[in-house]
Amino acid sequence: MWKRTYAPLWFLAPAVITLLAIGLYPLGFALVNSFRQYLVTKPRLGTPFVGFENYLSVLQDDSFWESLLRTFQFLLVVLPIQILLGLGIALLLYRPGLGLLRTITRVSLVIPLATTYAVVGLIGRLMFNKDFGVVNQFIGVFGIESVPWLGTENLAFASIAMMDIWQWTPFVALVLLAGLSMVPKEIEDAARLETNNPWTLFVHVQLPYLWPGLTAVLILRTADILKLFDMIFVMTRGGPGSATELISIYVHRIGFRVFDQGQASAQAIILLILVIVLSRLYIRVFYREVQS
Amino acid sequence: MAHTRNPRAARVLHAVGLFLTLLACVFPFYWMVATSLKSRVDILAAPPVWLFDPTLDNYREALLNQGVGPSLLNSLIVASCTTLVALLLGTPAAYALARFEFRGKRELWFWFITNRMVSPIVLALPFFLMARALNLIDSYLVLILLYLTFNLPIVVWICTDQFRGIPRELDEAALMDGAGRFQIFYSVALPLALPGIAVSAILSFIFSWNELLYALILTRSDTRTAPVAATSFMSGYELPWGEIMATGTLIVLPVIIFSIFVSKQLVQGLTMGAVK
Repeated sequence: MWKRTYAPLWFLAPAVITLLAIGLYPLGFALVNSFRQYLVTKPRLGTPFVGFENYLSVLQDDSFWESLLRTFQFLLVVLPIQILLGLGIALLLYRPGLGLLRTITRVSLVIPLATTYAVVGLIGRLMFNKDFGVVNQFIGVFGIESVPWLGTENLAFASIAMMDIWQWTPFVALVLLAGLSMVPKEIEDAARLETNNPWTLFVHVQLPYLWPGLTAVLILRTADILKLFDMIFVMTRGGPGSATELISIYVHRIGFRVFDQGQASAQAIILLILVIVLSRLYIRVFYREVQS
Repeated sequence: MAHTRNPRAARVLHAVGLFLTLLACVFPFYWMVATSLKSRVDILAAPPVWLFDPTLDNYREALLNQGVGPSLLNSLIVASCTTLVALLLGTPAAYALARFEFRGKRELWFWFITNRMVSPIVLALPFFLMARALNLIDSYLVLILLYLTFNLPIVVWICTDQFRGIPRELDEAALMDGAGRFQIFYSVALPLALPGIAVSAILSFIFSWNELLYALILTRSDTRTAPVAATSFMSGYELPWGEIMATGTLIVLPVIIFSIFVSKQLVQGLTMGAVK
């Protein structure tokens, strides 16, 4: 009775049509534009088709590849730190005892997560200010000289990394805490009778329950960092030079400050293909591992 | 630390670890609020001052002279509308994905979810050109529509999971009683799915409230949202830090208070995909 019916069509149609119109149609439009010369500031030139010219110039554009490389460097810096800190926090929150402090700490994890990304950038800009920033005051306590955090290439990169770590470590911690809570009580208790060593307990009993969460963290964080725009745009605008110009910031600059929509569309399409390939690859590699 | 045999030392380390975590989470937020209550002189003091006479001047200036008030209202309008539309469109779709068998269901579900992975900048370029051609720049409509690209997948994702958890027998019993399919969805399934609907509404509202890139490109003055207003101070040489932080606080504080109240649902929604 539930099988052969057109009912699902009526339930699905509004959402599917909307998402086609706002999600897929613009992508098609971007694809078409990527084959055009499209300079917003020079409307008189029109928008003639130029074949693969935009793609060729993107592929030969060092700045594009550098910003992509920088994006992956950023991922390689922040993700391991977020996973290690997140794991530490999850274990602290999972450990019995200190009920009230544990509850307050767990609730406080929501603060970084709920903070507007742009405001995270504003706070970063304030705290890392070289003259009156609290970070320089803090390192001064340890006898380190004040440094121009946002004015030096490596330090600016470190600064945006620290703000990203502040905002997203709680997410990793909460995911891993949820994983830890999935370990059946009987198994954990039995293991505790066998061994006193927390490390053995972690590797053999708890870790297997954390893999799905870690996989999800890897996929979501990779996608997030390829998207990362708001915080960096507010904090450094990609500078100094192009030290913090991750891929989204770069495409934004070409599309909305250089106003070369053709070139920017080609970059966006390449970025889109990269995201799709990466997420498929991740899902194939890691989910198989989890299932086996 | 893990190898400490002494239970008292372990307890102290546990407390210290938790306290440091708490401090790290709260401090940047505290620093923003504190700065928003400082006078100009106190803000620019080097090294920073920790004790000061609080003042509300920055809030007065931001709200009365810098147009932050209307921008907060704009954010509220856009985030509420887009959440409402996402629920209206997304819950029936989620119900269908959870209840019916049809060809291409897995692919359809996957397509819904991958929409969340797409970088905003990829959609921002064509949307800007389309909105310009249709004269929709600086309108609520374009933002509400554009925010659906990430809200709708969230609603579909979370609610599909929620509907799957409702026993099928309830639907079938109602069908026996002669209820129509839409009636079953509306009066049987929907009320039971309220927890999941609430979770997805919370996430979708917060994500929309926090969004900057689309709003930056598609709004000018009338529909400028609060994050855009906060960043608009950033031009010029001498930055009005007090007003900037007051604006930041006005944007973030309501969301954080709300989030703390619904932290259980929020965490459930954020970690859902990761555990399953």
